[in-house]
Formats: sequence, C-alpha cells, structure tokens
Amino acid sequence: MKLEETRAVGSGGVLGAVRTSARAMSVVEVLVIRSAAVLVSLALFGLFVAVAGADPFDVYYQMYRGSFGSAFSFQNTLQRAAPLMLTALCTALPARLGLIIIGGEGAVVAGGLAAAVAGLAMPGASPVAILMAMFVAGFVVGGAWIALAAGLRVHRGVNETISSLLLSYVAIALMNHFVEGPLRDPTSLNKPSTTQIGTANMLGSIPGLDVHWGLVYGVVACLFAYVFMQHTVFGFGASMIGGNARAAQLSGLPVKRMIVTACFLAGGAAGLAGMVEIAAIHGKANASLVAGYGYSGILVAFIARHNPLAIIPVAILLGGIGASSGLIQRIDNLPDATVSVLQGILFVVILASETLYGRYKMFEPLPVPPAPPSLDPGVAPIDQVGAAFDPPAVMG
Amino acid sequence: MDGRVDALGFWGVPLAVAAGAIRIGTPFLFVSLGECLTEKSGRVNLGLEGTLVMGAMSAYGVSYLSGSPWLGVLVAGAIGALLGSLHAWLCSKPRVNDIAVGIALMLFGTGLAFFLGKPFIKPVAAHLPAIEFGFWSRIEQVRSAMQVNALFLLGLVLAPLVAWSLKVTRWGLVLRTVGESADAARAMGYDVNRVRLVATMVGGFLAGIGGSFLSLFYPGSWNEGLSSGQGLMAVALVIFARWDPIRCLYASILFGAASALGPALQSVGITSGYYLFNAAPYVVTLAIMTATSSATRTLPGQPAELTVAR
Repeated sequence: MKLEETRAVGSGGVLGAVRTSARAMSVVEVLVIRSAAVLVSLALFGLFVAVAGADPFDVYYQMYRGSFGSAFSFQNTLQRAAPLMLTALCTALPARLGLIIIGGEGAVVAGGLAAAVAGLAMPGASPVAILMAMFVAGFVVGGAWIALAAGLRVHRGVNETISSLLLSYVAIALMNHFVEGPLRDPTSLNKPSTTQIGTANMLGSIPGLDVHWGLVYGVVACLFAYVFMQHTVFGFGASMIGGNARAAQLSGLPVKRMIVTACFLAGGAAGLAGMVEIAAIHGKANASLVAGYGYSGILVAFIARHNPLAIIPVAILLGGIGASSGLIQRIDNLPDATVSVLQGILFVVILASETLYGRYKMFEPLPVPPAPPSLDPGVAPIDQVGAAFDPPAVMG
Repeated sequence: MDGRVDALGFWGVPLAVAAGAIRIGTPFLFVSLGECLTEKSGRVNLGLEGTLVMGAMSAYGVSYLSGSPWLGVLVAGAIGALLGSLHAWLCSKPRVNDIAVGIALMLFGTGLAFFLGKPFIKPVAAHLPAIEFGFWSRIEQVRSAMQVNALFLLGLVLAPLVAWSLKVTRWGLVLRTVGESADAARAMGYDVNRVRLVATMVGGFLAGIGGSFLSLFYPGSWNEGLSSGQGLMAVALVIFARWDPIRCLYASILFGAASALGPALQSVGITSGYYLFNAAPYVVTLAIMTATSSATRTLPGQPAELTVAR
C-alpha cells in the first residue's frame, strides 16, 4: 500500500492519491456508509422517542450535552469508553479468525472477580504489586473464559456464539456465589460484595484529567491489537484462517492453536475491563460488574468492522451515548432503557447497511495514471494534477 | 415455605423438580419448536431471546390493559412474528449475516421490551388459568405441583404436529428442501427468501408465545430479569435435539428439570451453593452440546444450509 500511495501522491496530490488507491477508497466507503447508518439510526431513534412522547430535538441536545458538551461530561464519556474498547476487542479479535464471540460480559465478570480476589489475597503488599497481581489475574482468567469457548469449538465443534454466552451466565452465577458466600464482606448488607481492596491500591487518574488509567489500558490494547493483527505473522495467519480455515489448515498453519490463542487474548482484554472496573471504580466485586459493557462491546466491534484501530473512536461514541443516559432520564423523562433501544436500532441499521458495500461506483478506485514520461520523476506534471481533480463521470 | 416442606419432606425434591421441569420447560418448548422450524429452512435466528422478552412484556401489558390473558398470548405471538419477519427481511439482503442480525435483534428486542415495559412492572395482570390435575390429593404441595398450564398441553400437541407437517406435508417438504439446498429449491421454482420468511415468522410467533408463558404463568410477572438466556439456550437445545420436534419436547423437559433443581433443593432447606445451582442449566447445556457435537462430521439431521452447527 505504501508504494501505491507514494506513486499516486506523486501524480495527483492527496485527493488523487485517495481516489486511485483501492485501499483508501474502501476506507472512504466504510466511513461514508457507516456515518450514513449512524445518522439513519439517530433519525429512527428520534422518531421512536417522538412516538413515546418526548421532543426528539431536545433528546438529541441532551445527548450532546451529556456526552461531549462539557469537560465534565466528556471525561465521563471517556471513563465509559475505556471498558468498551477492551470488551470490543473480545468480539473483534476472534472475528478476524471467523468466530463470533458474544460472551464478553462473562469475561468481564470472571476477570473482575479474579482481580478482586488477587487484590485481597495479598494484604500488606505494595500497591504496585497488588495492581500487577490484579492485572495478571484479570487478564488470565478473562482469557481462560473465552479460550474455553474457543477450545470447545475447535476440539468438539461446539458453536462458539452460544457457548460463550452460556459461559457468561455461568460467570455471573459464580460471582453471585462468591460474593454471597465465601468472599462476602459481612458489613455489606444491601448489596453483597467482597471486602474493599483499599483506596491505596486503587487505580488512580491520568494526571490532569478526571479519567482513570483504564482509558490508557483500552487505547494501548487497541493499538497493540492493531499492530498484532496487521503487522505480524500471527495476524497474517489469523486473516488467512478468517478467510478460509481449510486452506489455512492445508497450508500448515496451526489453526486450532491460533484460534485458541486469539480468543485467549480477546478474553484477556475483556478480563482487563473487569479488572479496571474493580480497581478504578468499585474497589470491590459485586453485582455492579454486570453493567452490560460486554454487550455494548459487541456493538462497538461490529460498528468498527472488527478493526482494532476503529474501535477507539467508536467506543468513545458509544461511551458518550451511555454517559448521556442520566440526562435523558432526568430531563426528557424517558426510562433508562432508552439507551438500549438506541443501541439496538444502531446495531440493526449497521448490519443492514452491510449490504450497501460495493454497490456504489463512486467508491471504486480510479485507474492509476501511467507513470509520466518525465525526466525528473520527483515532480508531478501539472496537467496530471488537474486531471486527478476533475469530477469523475461515475459520481452521478 | 417451611410449612409446605413438612408434608412430604425430601420427597418434595423430585416432585418439585418434576413440576418445575414442566413449568420451566414450557417456554423452552415453544422457543425450540419455533427455532427448529426456522433452522429447518436453513437460517438461524439467535434473536429469539429478544423475541421471548418482547413477548413476555407485550403479553403482560395486553393482559393488564384488556383483562384477557389469552389476548395477551395472541399479541405476544404477533409481535414475535413481526420481529421474525424483520430478521428474515434483513437476512434476505446480500452480505448480511444471519447470526449477527440475531445478536442485534436480541439486544434490540430486550432494550425495546425494557423501554415499553416500564409501566407494567408494578401492576398485576390477569394470569393464564391452570388446569388442576392434583384435585385428588389433599397435600397442598402436590396440588400446586400438579397445576399444569394449558399452554404446556398445547405444546404437547404442537410438537408431534410440527414433526408430522415437516415430514408429510408438501409445505414441510419445501421447507426442508430450502434448508438442504437453496440452489435446488430455486431451480425447482421456489422463492427461497419467501419460504424462509414464513419459517422465521412462524418461529417468532411460537417464541413470542413462549415469552407470554413466562410473564403470564410462571414466574408470572413482568420484570427486567425475567429471561436470562432461555431464548438462546433453546437454540442450543435444537442442536441437541437434532432438529427433531419430538426430541425438542424431551429436551425442553430435561432443561426445565435442570433449572428447577436449585429452587427445589432450596425449598427443603439446602441453601448452600444456591447460586451455583443457578448455573446448572447453563452448565448442563454446555455439557450436552460438548457431548453431542463433533468437530469432524456434520450432525445427523442437520440442514445443510445451516451455519450455526458447523
């Protein structure tokens, strides 16, 4: 792609480069169709709240105010985006290998519970050591949770979509068992919880922001996943498996092991989301862990087309929708499920828009102009620059 | 609770499990019969979880507003058919994945049900009547265990009916053809998308009725924690039942029994590990799927167009 791009830039400026590069045009196509789908969803949602008796424009305004309208609300948005980035990876990474995992919620709960247990198991250790232990415990247990679904798939042919969701319910039942029984803090009366890990051991805020370090975890995890899937041998093999698992098998790739590994990393990311929730927000494990981040993460991954880099902005967008929930409830007098309705509409419309890809000629790359017969290859001929800016006939 | 235990002692456990198998199994039965039909046409509808919750909410709301629980059942079915047609319509477009649409409709259905169902959480709606098969007994526990809902009997009739019509009728043959090879069906002049639309709508109708059972009979109220994956477990159950409606009936009762174990043990005072028993139905589902699936061969009875049991 690098080579293609430089050649195009040499011959037609930035726009020409975009128009002639197949890859850049497909990015434009995704951006345009995705944005249109989001706008259509917002319009449908406006219609829905209008029927429910609210003023849609006021709802839009409150959504903006509650998500990006002020420094306070934007920090709230980022705070919610952090776990979404991690849970979205739980669906996006396996999707690269052709698996549909929807059990991120279970990995969040299992990872969070494990992190809380690890934090409580080391009284007297330094806060850094405790946080390290929580990090590792959350990652490993969350990873094991999804790797189990992957293992059942590759070794027994069990459908991973169903098994991962069933495992979520198992994780929630296990957590309830532990916080109601063996790990219960006797002083937690109304809401059974484990003992506090202690304020000294909590994950602090990013300097200068009122946002905890979980955001950095999320962004770094997405960047890491992008490099891992796009620029390593493993990532290349993963794409092969996603394209045609049989062909990958025949070409000698360890398909089963790679699927389980990818799912372990994916579950580990969601487990970290649970660890962040414990270490940065709640300070203890209880039913608050079951906050639906796992399910919203599925939506984030699908909107981002399972691209780890795209997950970051999409998670911020969805985090913003979640952050505005309170204002919509208070000011527009709508129930808390309003956000779920919007998410549901978004999900349906986004999937429906998948059928639009490849239908519009305006997204097709222009043929790359032949290399200019110039003696100085470093300078683009003027007429070629102009040609690249001509409105194409295919636009109409 | 304790007063009832004295009458039967620990014999209450198998009785409660048997009663629970029927009670908890009924929604499984309806959803799995519906999903069985849909999957026979070669498509998977994972959105039945959302359909179940929407059905439960709409049935409860209609029963509360109109006073007629049976009208509620009908409306729940109609809403289910509507959601089913949405699924079928979306999936008929090229490049749209049926599993992904199912997940989307699962989230959409539950979100919509929670939104619209807010006003119905507190009011008490008219319930579906139960048929008293325990009239001969004087023990309260036996009487309550022998209360069987008419919907279960309906399901009992429906299972062989679906099996028969799939096997014998022309309609069933067309449906199975579409599920085995869409190309062959197309070559014979059948509209594949229309057959699947009908199959998914009927499937949604049955799942909606399953949902109405949840809110109008057992547990018998509407709240946001009403369904926890029953719709999805029913999909797993169809695989276990090998796409055979009669086996769906047995499997539903088995799943109901697994779910009833925890509450039954609690009723005789065994409360330790109560939350672990809550995990029992999911673990049983997983164990059954693990035991009956295979990584190397397709399952007998599996429609060839189906992607879920790969």
